[in-house]
Amino acid sequence: MKRHLLESADLDRSDATLVLDTAAQIDQALAGREVKKLPTLRGRTVVNLFYEDSTRTRISFELAAKRLSADVINFSARGSSVSKGESLKDTALTLEAMGSDAIVVRHAASGAPHRLAKWVRGSVVNAGDGTHEHPTQALLDAYTIRRRLGRLEGVRVAIVGDVLHSRVARSNVWLLHTLGAEVTVVAPPTLLPVGVDTWPVEVGYDLDAVLPKADVVMMLRVQAERMNASYFPSVREYSRRYGLDARRMGTLGDDAIVMHPGPMNRGMEIAAEVADSVRSTIVEQVGNGVSVRMAVLYLLLGGSPQ
Amino acid sequence: MASSPEPARNSASGALLSSADVARVVDRMAHQLIERAAALDPGAPDGGLASLVLIGIPTRGAPLARRLAARILAFSGTPVDVGTADITLYRDDLRLRGVRALEPTVLPDAGIDDRLVVLVDDVLFSGRSVRAALDALRDLGRPRSVQLAVLVDRGHRELPIRADFVGKNVPTSRTQQVKVHLAEVDGVDEVLVTEGQNP
Amino acid sequence: MTYLIKGAQPYGGDAADILVKGGRIAAIGDSLSATGAEVVDAAGLIALPGLVDLHTHLREPGREDAETVETGSRAAALGGFTAVHAMANTDPVADTAGVVEQVWRLGEQAGLVDVVPVGAVTVGLRGERLAELGAMADSAARVRVFSDDGHCVADPALMRRALEYVKAFDGVVAQHAEEPRLTVGAQMHEGDRSARLGLTGWPAAAEEAIIARDVLLAGHVGARLHVCHVSTAGSVEILRWAKSRGVQVTAEVTPHHLLLTDACAESYDPVFKVNPPLRTDADVEAVRLGLADGTIDAVATDHAPHAVEDKESEWAQARPGMLGLEQALSIVVETMVETGLLDWRGVADRMSVRPAVIARLDGLGRRSHGRPLAPGEPANLLLLDARSRATVDPATLASRSRNSPYAGRELPGRVVATFLRGVPTVLDGKATR
Repeated sequence: MKRHLLESADLDRSDATLVLDTAAQIDQALAGREVKKLPTLRGRTVVNLFYEDSTRTRISFELAAKRLSADVINFSARGSSVSKGESLKDTALTLEAMGSDAIVVRHAASGAPHRLAKWVRGSVVNAGDGTHEHPTQALLDAYTIRRRLGRLEGVRVAIVGDVLHSRVARSNVWLLHTLGAEVTVVAPPTLLPVGVDTWPVEVGYDLDAVLPKADVVMMLRVQAERMNASYFPSVREYSRRYGLDARRMGTLGDDAIVMHPGPMNRGMEIAAEVADSVRSTIVEQVGNGVSVRMAVLYLLLGGSPQ
Repeated sequence: MASSPEPARNSASGALLSSADVARVVDRMAHQLIERAAALDPGAPDGGLASLVLIGIPTRGAPLARRLAARILAFSGTPVDVGTADITLYRDDLRLRGVRALEPTVLPDAGIDDRLVVLVDDVLFSGRSVRAALDALRDLGRPRSVQLAVLVDRGHRELPIRADFVGKNVPTSRTQQVKVHLAEVDGVDEVLVTEGQNP
Repeated sequence: MTYLIKGAQPYGGDAADILVKGGRIAAIGDSLSATGAEVVDAAGLIALPGLVDLHTHLREPGREDAETVETGSRAAALGGFTAVHAMANTDPVADTAGVVEQVWRLGEQAGLVDVVPVGAVTVGLRGERLAELGAMADSAARVRVFSDDGHCVADPALMRRALEYVKAFDGVVAQHAEEPRLTVGAQMHEGDRSARLGLTGWPAAAEEAIIARDVLLAGHVGARLHVCHVSTAGSVEILRWAKSRGVQVTAEVTPHHLLLTDACAESYDPVFKVNPPLRTDADVEAVRLGLADGTIDAVATDHAPHAVEDKESEWAQARPGMLGLEQALSIVVETMVETGLLDWRGVADRMSVRPAVIARLDGLGRRSHGRPLAPGEPANLLLLDARSRATVDPATLASRSRNSPYAGRELPGRVVATFLRGVPTVLDGKATR
């Protein structure tokens, strides 16, 4: 493993597989245990540096670090020195001077973790940067698929929705491709980036044509701010053309699963009966997120000679 | 523990222990385990074997534990519980050794609470793996007692730990390396001593 | 002071001596001698007319922490320039006679290059109503180039009026071609790399649409149009078409668009963030060819100094722009001369003659630039060691800022001396003041 986890485009097949295998072993080691805590990172300090509100991702990283016995500091940009104009660099150097070994960063600017990695000596974990990547989300998604379907090689994954603005989509495209899955992105053309033709994916505009062939359907959240920016005429039309409802779910193969990184807009990109169906892995994804993030923290921090 | 002052040497055939030697040593350890179980639980109908759990420390402790269980079954007619406990996440020397892939941790369905747990490893050296295994056991349950079985004890302890069952004591110099090969992992059973630069 | 420049090669041709006297070139010939003259050994050096930059951000008044007229002038002299055009996006904006005269005076005081102020087209660069263009033209600064650079004059009716209005004093509107509705939040060239990096794209069409519109307007009203920092292959095509139709349009390209591509953004280091953004290999090829065939008239630096805190940040938060004055000639040598696309007369034409003509500095007044190296002409010239190669170290630059995209890059060419009206502003590669 490299020192940082900045993007899934960086992970080769053996690195990615190592993360998934490690997460599986951790899961198994902790299954059914009363004491869900390991001493691995005792004395290490992990900082959650969150410039965007994301309670679920922060809690997931916090739990992962704590289960490995690391000390965790949550540093939220709101109400801190950052809101008084302190630069990312100064904040990072300050945190490092206080002894942080790893910085888990969530930031609205694409590439912010890459900048951090240039400034600090410790490890940097990208917990979502702008519209670029969210590599631990992709790793937990791949982990979830592997657990449910038993494999990733040759699995046909449809990623549906706002690919243009989605860091989850980007991370999944690169990671799933690296792991041998066949990815199709499905969206209205306005929500696909110029240059998507150079990605290792199929591109489709018609959800109904893609669903019967999919083993996995990954629905993306549609952000409220897109709804009034002419990316599509109306919420109703989007939902009709690209939403996953019970009828569409019925066209899926018997073993196909439905994923969503959350938080969901029920009734918009995904119907409630789909989200709550047995095909849905949405709750499972959350649990797997902790194991995968433990694996990442262990692999980045466990053996790093300082 | 008897130990000769001379460092061990491989035999003319190239190995310290051959495949047949390994089988003989495993058989002897199985007998010792049966005796110990009976002694700890006198009068128990199954000779105390029901409370015995063999926990292998990956990598090679895991198949070794399974072999011991198989030999115990052959000699006593009683099956014993076997598990594995990966201790990587409990090591205190991760920073020096670097990360490695984890191996499974699997406990028998009956668990380890109030039982005689015997940790099984291939080589006993500094004792740090055993210390990590003891920490792992603490998180996995509360055994009545914990004992240690190793195929090879090569000395040079850094912690106050000793084995209860030793297949073979092998005096070594610090710079030598002791390599246990087992068919399940390496395709062959043998124990080799090699001259290495680092202990 | 009299200078005898021995053995220089005017326009890269045969070696000759150049006698500089009374601010003018007194003679060019073999084995010249002059009693009392200071001799400058120029053996092996190429002599070119002093360079003219149509596009420089000197940051004064307002951001003297990033650059001042004096530090920017020194950087320009070291780059071989004898005249630079100071862009209007200062604070306050150069949209009145008062501000342009202030900048002009600061340039005179620095005395290292002729600082020619550019006037804003619209009040406060807001794109709403015309600034007092005539007052700026009539001021001591004699403004002829008007630009809202940094902002596009996006309103087509306002652009039409500006083009028409400046005809009265032979001015030119230099357009920052960027359709603002197509570049909301834009961070880099829109294409394969922006898709992957998750940075909002700046489509080539946003530049080309404005250029297409403006050449049609300029043709319609018979006015002069200058297009700033052309960056795309499509823009070159449109300009070629417009020129073939007789539209009075000129255009410039920056050194960085001649050399760098959007691949630089993969580092997320904002030293490579610039507006318009770095484009693709194909675009770089097209602007080089456009400059070679004259479709693009001039190289202009778009020298844009920024304080450290404005660049040492996240990409999206960083301000766009990069330094250019001190490396411009080196980059033209690397991309145009060493590739065989331009000879030394071509370099003089694109970096001195044509920009001077566009800005109407080519007359016979005191501030006369872009004139040939010939007896009787003002002694604005530079001496270049074209064979020398050096690695760029931002710490050694004369600019007050350090945002050079060429840090660590080895480039050819070293300006050994620059003369402004017969007075050396650079000698032995060092500024004289």
